[in-house]
Amino acid sequence: MPVYNEKVMDHFMSPRNVGEIDNADGVGEVGNPVCGDMMTFYIKVDDNHISDVKYKTFGCGAAIAVSSMVSEMAKGKTLEETKKITPALVAKELEGLPKNKYHCSNLGAQALNKAIDNYLKKQGKEGKGKKRGKK
Amino acid sequence: MREVYLDYVATTPVLPEVLEAMLPYFRDAYGNVQSLHNWGDKAREAVEGARGKVADLIGGEAEEIIFTASGTESNNFAIKGLAMAQQSKGKHIVVSAIEHFSVLHSSRTLEKWGFELTEVPVDKYGLVDPDKVARSLRKDTVLVSIMHANNEVGTIELIKEIANVVKQSGAIFHTDAVATAGTIPIDVRELGVDALSLAGNQFYGPKGVGALWLKKGVRIMPFLDGGVQEGGRRAGTEDVPAIVGLGKAAELAKAEMGARAKRFSALRDRLIAGLPAGIEHVTVTGHPTRRLPGNASFCVEFIEGEAMLMLLNHQGIAVSSGSACTSRALKASHVLIAMGIPHEIAQGSLLFSFGLDSTVGDVDYVLEAMPPIVDKLRQMSPLYSKFLKDKKGGKK
Repeated sequence: MPVYNEKVMDHFMSPRNVGEIDNADGVGEVGNPVCGDMMTFYIKVDDNHISDVKYKTFGCGAAIAVSSMVSEMAKGKTLEETKKITPALVAKELEGLPKNKYHCSNLGAQALNKAIDNYLKKQGKEGKGKKRGKK
Repeated sequence: MREVYLDYVATTPVLPEVLEAMLPYFRDAYGNVQSLHNWGDKAREAVEGARGKVADLIGGEAEEIIFTASGTESNNFAIKGLAMAQQSKGKHIVVSAIEHFSVLHSSRTLEKWGFELTEVPVDKYGLVDPDKVARSLRKDTVLVSIMHANNEVGTIELIKEIANVVKQSGAIFHTDAVATAGTIPIDVRELGVDALSLAGNQFYGPKGVGALWLKKGVRIMPFLDGGVQEGGRRAGTEDVPAIVGLGKAAELAKAEMGARAKRFSALRDRLIAGLPAGIEHVTVTGHPTRRLPGNASFCVEFIEGEAMLMLLNHQGIAVSSGSACTSRALKASHVLIAMGIPHEIAQGSLLFSFGLDSTVGDVDYVLEAMPPIVDKLRQMSPLYSKFLKDKKGGKK
């Protein structure tokens, strides 16, 4: 019996949206090579929507499949909708992950959230700057 | 699709001659070894024949062989049984940092039972320094266990030299020879050990059978209490077909050992030369010369072992990895870490092991299949893009 189901294998074999975005609006990095997995997510935001998402992943089959699925789930959604992507939802969309691989689905959702936080932080800074300018 | 099994370290298949030897003991000569009638006699004869053959493989006496159900059992038996039998003399044991989990975890169980444990470090090749073993010995050291060769990186340890050191201290010396018995020549007297573990499925015998060789006169606590089987030290009805299979495999291994090793090492050397030549940032792990004939182990930088293993499997190639993701504990191989290999590099571990069905064509198929797989994973690796950026930055 294979460890991963067909859906996970499909995303692992042909991961969607792999890459980096130059001048990304937000970047989120989680994990480290010591624990075995590392993901970096890049997002472009247009009118409060995720207009583009890319990532790079160092990790096992599950980590790669999770990155791919998270990118698919986020694309075109509003930031509020994207914030609602939980590890459990990612695992559900992948039709299940082996028990010892659930932490990989955490990483995917975390990395995406971090990228959004990074975007919001940048926005906040710009906003403050504008305010100061107005004074 | 071509199917290439290069995971003989996980298990070997059962040779047809071994299977043939085993079959009669399932349905015809199915007696219990302990029975005092013709059925029992036939089974007893078969088991005693196998005992002699296993002893012959390692230069021991038949009466010094205790059959077990696996290499893991032999190691558990040796570590716990020998330490417990000597505990009136002291409660300190010594093992290396790269032992198989069946030795390491047994040692940690002994710690819970009140023993003290010293783990001797290894060098970057996975070699245990006999001097370091000497320095770890204490007055109350009762047991030392150092593996004959490491299963993951193939390094063959200096057992004879270590045995000399241990002998002077009076401690018992056990070696886990699961990776070497049936693969390279072993003479227990020449090695100077007191106990040695081996397993059938490492040299074309069946799974579920192993043996512990225990030098005459060395005391051990029984592993399973019950009847009189195996001298009362490992009770339970003997698995006659498996024991017969182990005996036959031992006989064949002894006869063919030289020819097998010559073939395997040629394949190993071809891969060890070819893989780093064809792919950048690939390092060979383990010792350059003191190495098991069928073991070719590597670390491929910037990518992770399980992902490589899965893509190789997709090409019909079966191998092992010591990456965290392939382990149940989600920790990178303790062997590679003990050798001082950084975690992120240890994650890219791959182990190819050769056996009787392996061919030069298999090696060439791997050499052809690997570069695109590594390239695909590096293209999506954040570590690799960082490396490329740093490299660019450095050049400026």
